[in-house]
Amino acid sequence: MQQFHQTFFEESFEGLDIMENELLNLDVGNADSEVINTIFRSAHSIKGGSGTFGFTAVAEFTHVAETLLDEMRDGVRQVTQESVDILLKSVDVMRAMLTTLSDGGEMDVDNIASVQMELEQLLGTESNSSTTDEVSDSNNSDENSEGWLISFRPHVEMLRTGNDPVRMIYALTELGQVSTKADISDIPTFVDLNPEDSFLGWEITLKGDVKKEDIVEVFDWVEDECDLDIQPLINESKATTEETTTPEAVAAPSEIASKAKPTAAKKTAESASIRVGIDKVDEIINLVGELVITQSMLGQVGSEIGNADEHNSPYMEKLLEGLAQLERNTREIQESVMRIRMLPISFVFSRVPRLVHDLSSKLNKQVELVTTGENTELDKTVMEKIGDPMVHLVRNALDHGIETPDVRKAAGKSEMGTLSLNAYHKGGSIVIELSDDGAGINKERVLNKARSNGLVGENENLSDDAINDLIFHPGLSTAESLSDVSGRGVGMDVVRKNIKSLGGSVRVDSVEGKGATFTIQLPLTLAILDGQLVKVADETFIIPLVSIIESIQVKSANLSGIAGKAALYKLRDEYIPVIRAHNVFGMEDSNSSLEDRLMVVVEGDGAKAGIIVDDLLAQQQVVIKSLETNYKRVDGLSGATILGDGTVALILDISGVIDMFKTLSNSVPPSPVDPDGNGSDIAEKAA
Amino acid sequence: MSTTATELNSVINSELDSDADQFLTFVLGSEEYGVDILRVQEIKGWDSVTPIPNTPDYIKGVINLRGTIVPIVDLRQRFSMPEVEYGPITVVIVLKIECADRDRIMGIVVDGVSDVYDVPPEEMKDAPDFGNVVDTEFVRGLATVEEKMIIILDIDHLLSGNEIQATDKLGI
Repeated sequence: MQQFHQTFFEESFEGLDIMENELLNLDVGNADSEVINTIFRSAHSIKGGSGTFGFTAVAEFTHVAETLLDEMRDGVRQVTQESVDILLKSVDVMRAMLTTLSDGGEMDVDNIASVQMELEQLLGTESNSSTTDEVSDSNNSDENSEGWLISFRPHVEMLRTGNDPVRMIYALTELGQVSTKADISDIPTFVDLNPEDSFLGWEITLKGDVKKEDIVEVFDWVEDECDLDIQPLINESKATTEETTTPEAVAAPSEIASKAKPTAAKKTAESASIRVGIDKVDEIINLVGELVITQSMLGQVGSEIGNADEHNSPYMEKLLEGLAQLERNTREIQESVMRIRMLPISFVFSRVPRLVHDLSSKLNKQVELVTTGENTELDKTVMEKIGDPMVHLVRNALDHGIETPDVRKAAGKSEMGTLSLNAYHKGGSIVIELSDDGAGINKERVLNKARSNGLVGENENLSDDAINDLIFHPGLSTAESLSDVSGRGVGMDVVRKNIKSLGGSVRVDSVEGKGATFTIQLPLTLAILDGQLVKVADETFIIPLVSIIESIQVKSANLSGIAGKAALYKLRDEYIPVIRAHNVFGMEDSNSSLEDRLMVVVEGDGAKAGIIVDDLLAQQQVVIKSLETNYKRVDGLSGATILGDGTVALILDISGVIDMFKTLSNSVPPSPVDPDGNGSDIAEKAA
Repeated sequence: MSTTATELNSVINSELDSDADQFLTFVLGSEEYGVDILRVQEIKGWDSVTPIPNTPDYIKGVINLRGTIVPIVDLRQRFSMPEVEYGPITVVIVLKIECADRDRIMGIVVDGVSDVYDVPPEEMKDAPDFGNVVDTEFVRGLATVEEKMIIILDIDHLLSGNEIQATDKLGI
């Protein structure tokens, strides 16, 4: 059983997500029965699964929630905001319970009990007061003291799904006295008989005081693999009258039938996807990476032979043709394999509705959420890491952005604020836009705050964009009152840091009084990066293209020393430190002068620097490989990659390189140097 | 007393890894070393490596072994033996190292591969303590085959991440 637990948990968490989403979609007062059905089905399969795996606490709790849903589905109970809120709470409780079960730990028994109590109270009060008649009516039909007549006809393929009808009949014997009559009329002649098919049907008479739902539960797993008809067993004499007075019982079979249909539809949708471990996918991605390298090596050899071939042999042409085709196919494989890891961003977006629902009621604001581009795909690892920053931005928008209804009214806006999420692909990256039509960023307040914190000088004038950008600075929160939603002044800087660590960027556009838009740009995948190949001494290194601002040729007029240590370069209106890659990596620099050397201007962790390299080579996409797999982390390097010729090139970690440079220059005693040749001095001392 | 201890040891050894008594041997200068053959992934000729900056000298760099980045350790330098020019018989033995958390693949550069010997556990002798002159921590034992002494290495210890990291700090 243990091996199925993981699957059960995964499916249950998915079920809970569905429940949550659908509950939020639920139109209070005018509920769509199909939506309720979907919620009910999710709850039902969680209950069934947890019962099967022996998680009775979950099963019991879910049962209560399911009962409430069942009443809603039957139209016995009105869908109220109160019940939706309690159901949302129950979803949280169920999720917490399942998380504890899967990860270990203590269950929050008090919370579970209190939510269960709320559920039961709701069940107890309303259903009895408003709809006593119907409930007692359905009780009548559900608890038939005489017994039931069950017509059970498995479909031909039922045995193949591993379900055994005999076991179900055994299960029925535990409920009451069972007598069965088999229908063997469908059994074909021996020649046509497929031993894996089921041809039997049964008429089962179950006598005793049995609830109908208990019987349905026995057939729970096979409800869409058989024809099932459960009729109350009635005395011949009462037959005619009873039949008319118990509409519920007559409705029952059709209800089962209608229930079976959507489940069947869902089944087919599921069969279109399979669950595969991420390690298997990564292995394929690795192998395809190899294939690409082998292919490019073959291509190189092929063209060399082609050039050397003087006789124009017909085989040569065929070989080159084959190689060209190999190249095409390899590219296609690589693209499709990369797409395996891609998931629609709706996995992240789906967390937002609940957040908006909870926060807007907490903050007494009215917010409408509009999402577009949910199907935009991005890499799973990127997705996992973008969730938290997104949540923070949403909180921020609701807390600081969108105003309370009366403020909005006074400003001439509709009371209902709008928060929109949009995602789309742009080049090799994904862009996520989060915009609200709230108050926007109060530039004056931000600027005042920044001035009082000393971030901005008194007489400094900043452009609007620069002021807006200040909100990403650590320790700057303009919220007038701290709330538990946001406003501790940590957060926006963390958002930017997290996004940067993914190789992305975030910026904000704001119009005061009209709203703000946060734009996040992220690479589609972490497995591949666009790199600039550079030569340092005899080695090839790769600088991630995202960190590069520009590449320039050094002019000695712009060079100057500071405290006799490091060299600074005047780049337009700012001074940036000059880092000799040779020094940082302990290599010999044959050229002591910086004049006319190539410098790559990079930015890492908000700091700019110029890295002196010997040559700029091609720009290309490289597959990132970890050095830690077989070795360990090395300062200044974020990994390695394999180039087209099969050799290994190291990928620079720009912020690491800048940090190393700082420590390096700190450890060097000051010495008088001229701006042209100071670097080699440092190199010798550091080495 | 000592014989029973050795016997007990050998019994334990043979029970722990009963088929661990085959060793691939290689030479460094005039000395012959052995490693557990089951740990040997492959033997390949020396080819150029990509040096990793700011690592100890004996880490020659990394190579591409069918898509995996594998670090290469020069065993002569690791043992502070005099360096030699890499020649046509200089080989890299690719080994699987069992670390606490996971397995790693590493290569060692040696002067040449010698032979494969069966060494019964009872013939493995403990290395004497040389004090500070020679670090015997990486020596699993000494074996005598055809009148020659073979130094059996404890490669996990020799090449484990901790060891590399600890030395690494000294190296910088």
